[in-house]
Amino acid sequence: MTLSASEIQISPDPGESSPQADTPQVAVSREVRPAPDRYRNPFGRYKVNRSADCIACGKCAQLCPEGVHVKPDGYSFILRPRDQYCIGPVCAETDHCCVAQCPARALSMARNPSADCVGDSRWPSELILATWHEAATGHAPTNLEYRRGASGGGFDRLRVNFPDTPPAMVDPEQVDTSLELNRRGDSRPRVRIDIPVYGGGMSFGSVSIRTIVGKARAMTAWNSFTCTGEGGYPDRLKPYDDHVITQVATGLFGVRDDTIQRVRIVEFKYAQGAKPGLGGHLLGDKNTPAVARMREAVVGNALFSPFPFHSVYSVEDHKKHLDWIKEVNPRTLVSVKVSTPTDVDMVAVGSYYAGAHIVHLDGSYGGTGAAPDIAKKNIAMPIEYAIPRVHKFLAAEGIRDKITLIASGGIRTPYDLLKAVALGADGVVIGTAEMIALGCLRCAICESGRGCPRGIASTDPELMEQMELDWATQRLINLLAAWREEIVDVLVRLGLKSIADLRGRTDCLYYLADDDEQAAPARKEGDR
Amino acid sequence: MPERHHIHTAPTAARFARTGKYATVDWREDCSRCTNCVKLRCTYGVYDAATAHDRDPSAPRQPVFECKGCMSCVQNCTKGLLSLSVNPEYLAMGDEYWRPEVIETTWNQAETGRIPVSGAGYRGRFSGPGFDSIWTDMSEIVRPTRDGIHGREYISTAVDIGPKPMRLEFAADGQLLTPEAQLIVTQLPVLLDVPPWPMGPGTELLSRARAAAAVALTTLAVVPMAELGGIPDDHMPAVVPLLDKGTAGPDGDLPAGVRMVEVPIGSAASDAIRAVQSRRPDVTLCVRMPPAEDSAARMLEFSAAGVKVFHTCADTHGREPGTGRGRHITDAMRDLHRQLVEAGRRDEITVIVSGGVGLAEHVAKAIICGADVTAASTSLLIALGCKVCGGPGHGVNGCGWGRSCAVVIDEAAVDYAAQRMTNLMGAWHSQLIEVLGAMGIREVRRLRGETGRAIFREDMEREAFGDLIRK
Repeated sequence: MTLSASEIQISPDPGESSPQADTPQVAVSREVRPAPDRYRNPFGRYKVNRSADCIACGKCAQLCPEGVHVKPDGYSFILRPRDQYCIGPVCAETDHCCVAQCPARALSMARNPSADCVGDSRWPSELILATWHEAATGHAPTNLEYRRGASGGGFDRLRVNFPDTPPAMVDPEQVDTSLELNRRGDSRPRVRIDIPVYGGGMSFGSVSIRTIVGKARAMTAWNSFTCTGEGGYPDRLKPYDDHVITQVATGLFGVRDDTIQRVRIVEFKYAQGAKPGLGGHLLGDKNTPAVARMREAVVGNALFSPFPFHSVYSVEDHKKHLDWIKEVNPRTLVSVKVSTPTDVDMVAVGSYYAGAHIVHLDGSYGGTGAAPDIAKKNIAMPIEYAIPRVHKFLAAEGIRDKITLIASGGIRTPYDLLKAVALGADGVVIGTAEMIALGCLRCAICESGRGCPRGIASTDPELMEQMELDWATQRLINLLAAWREEIVDVLVRLGLKSIADLRGRTDCLYYLADDDEQAAPARKEGDR
Repeated sequence: MPERHHIHTAPTAARFARTGKYATVDWREDCSRCTNCVKLRCTYGVYDAATAHDRDPSAPRQPVFECKGCMSCVQNCTKGLLSLSVNPEYLAMGDEYWRPEVIETTWNQAETGRIPVSGAGYRGRFSGPGFDSIWTDMSEIVRPTRDGIHGREYISTAVDIGPKPMRLEFAADGQLLTPEAQLIVTQLPVLLDVPPWPMGPGTELLSRARAAAAVALTTLAVVPMAELGGIPDDHMPAVVPLLDKGTAGPDGDLPAGVRMVEVPIGSAASDAIRAVQSRRPDVTLCVRMPPAEDSAARMLEFSAAGVKVFHTCADTHGREPGTGRGRHITDAMRDLHRQLVEAGRRDEITVIVSGGVGLAEHVAKAIICGADVTAASTSLLIALGCKVCGGPGHGVNGCGWGRSCAVVIDEAAVDYAAQRMTNLMGAWHSQLIEVLGAMGIREVRRLRGETGRAIFREDMEREAFGDLIRK
């Protein structure tokens, strides 16, 4: 049974007995530690083969600074090449190329056909590998395009307009990447996160519990937030209550008094960018006993989150919803997640007047666990168009500084984040980037049968065993560390002291006139 | 309760193994025969299907074409012997418009009759020419029915084809003078058009299949006059005979049940129109013409002669035919629609658009640009397994000559072909409803020319990035 709004009782004095009080909060270190690929055979762009002619002299192991060849002490033979670290043909120009210098001519290098099998225009193979590198090491790679995709439009045609010399010298240590989420000036707490990013809603059911808790731990480490999505509030999230946003969506799955009272931010999901106007859908196979218990539903039944909120027809109705949440939890901020229709600017203003602290725009190219292909491609506008439209309209209405504008739906890299902020957003929400960090390669079968064969977006007990919580946590911490490092780097080069200074600074961007991505050299000095 | 329109789809397996996207590269000679072989642990049992023939000679020989590309085997193999590669045969399918992904999704829809659903976000280019430069709108709070997915049946996809009286006229005694409108109502805004290029011996089979599918779908199938012979009489109301170009009227009588005839534009068109008007005044006339700058003027001329329905046929890539790159049908249609509106005649005229309509979204977008109805043609061939190998002008005698066609379309059964077409259209219908539902529009008739419910790239680029362009 699903609770409808009217069936949820409002507790008489929610402030007195916060359910959170009974769960001690856990701290997580944000230290970067190596978290290499969890598979036996990691892969990169190149494949290095060692033939039977190898005489095990160990020269390659001495030569390679990338660590492709390893001959541990006491070993007679050299280990299988760790070719995910190989930098490819450019190595031939150096003095440490193993293929050229092997005395037995036993080594060869070629493009890895497997690498060409992953990726697409939005997330090219190289960007996926680069994100894996960031998650493994906490730093951006040097030999892979990690800043943008190859979709030929939007963020991929925008470039950061770096001056030859920064207009002001800024100490990287002093750069402020934090983001204030409550700008209304009301009596509710001010909530500041250390990075201008928080995690997108992924419900228990659509992803495994390890993914959910890993996300929460990483965001706890970075003093930011993760979101439950619409699937209830798993007990294992309770030690991270202070860094959890709980979602109230149209199906009201798992929405209870105590879940709303636990958190510092509640998110109303009106629509999702990948399937705007269509509502959510959990296929029957993924509705396992644990999921069904959490959602108070019947095992094996497909679960629909209908579109839209059946009780909202106007800004006044919308305000009534927000008031309900504010009444249930007097310390919570309220975020409103909407899609990007042509009137998205009006929707944003309406959300402000309804009392929202955050308006969260989810662009049409965003991620999902399952959506009709036609919706993902065609319905509603990409986020790149929506941000400037909303930013300018809120400014013209004189309320831009009273509300936090968050963008999501196609934010893949720290550069996408910076471009979104320069176009007018305050911060972003990421989802797919987190999944990629956990080893996703966008094979797009999250929704079918047992779910994700890589154990990320699956509640199948056997599949989810493939990923360990500590590893997942570290990968995400590393990813955010790499992102922050890049954000700071760009801000310093722009001579800006904080991410807040970049907001709406479209002069820090330029747009390539040529429609063809190929026309712009992929990597150009000074255009990092 | 009124009867609801329902398309009866039925899973219909393809006649041949599909061309898959991936192939494995397997270094078998180094295999150590370990006990935890990744091939046995494939989540989707792809290797089991691929090796079934080794255990049972009657099982089909099947490459690993159903591979989903999750890389679990590649990354887990004890000795790292496996690689995956993109199947070159897959990449070679189609052309720059009918891309391998379009062909693949069409196959899936023709097989299952269901909406393509997948995980992860959109994968394609940011935008592209024609249809790919338009996004449809959504409404944050309005849904045409308040029943979520369960109210979908109440979204109407019916359209009217034929002359519509703009006003009713009455005699002094109140007698209605205006003759009753002869509207043809199709339940799907997609007609089934003739193949885009000559089909050789398969052509008659395709015509029979189109007619059968049109009956099942409550729409219309365009069939050349010469191929009416094989079509059962009870299918005739769904058949639109297409006169041969250059003939001054139908050869012999039109079959009894026929409700509409298509006349190709040309020097003999006027004679053919008069011939049909005098012999079969009950039949709606439609002039088939390529889109061009002067389309609106031509339509108004024909309209004066009593023709109110026009079938605008772009080339297979959705462009104005001729040399060079003509306007895309989206631009041509917006222009045509605007001109007809400005002339105050838009509502009298029905415009059918075909050519390049290859995905369900194209139907919605063509209608937004001003079409009343669309027509599918290349997609119907792909539904039968066609890989658009040669495209237009392939061979002097057209495709489908036995061995020249890899999927021997001419050997398919009519029932099979009709069901595959029905499945594809059923999937398109469901997707059209999703798009309409997201927009909060309750019937497709109201979508015509509704450019305010769409997002056009050129407008948005100017608004968002106009002052940021650097050449």
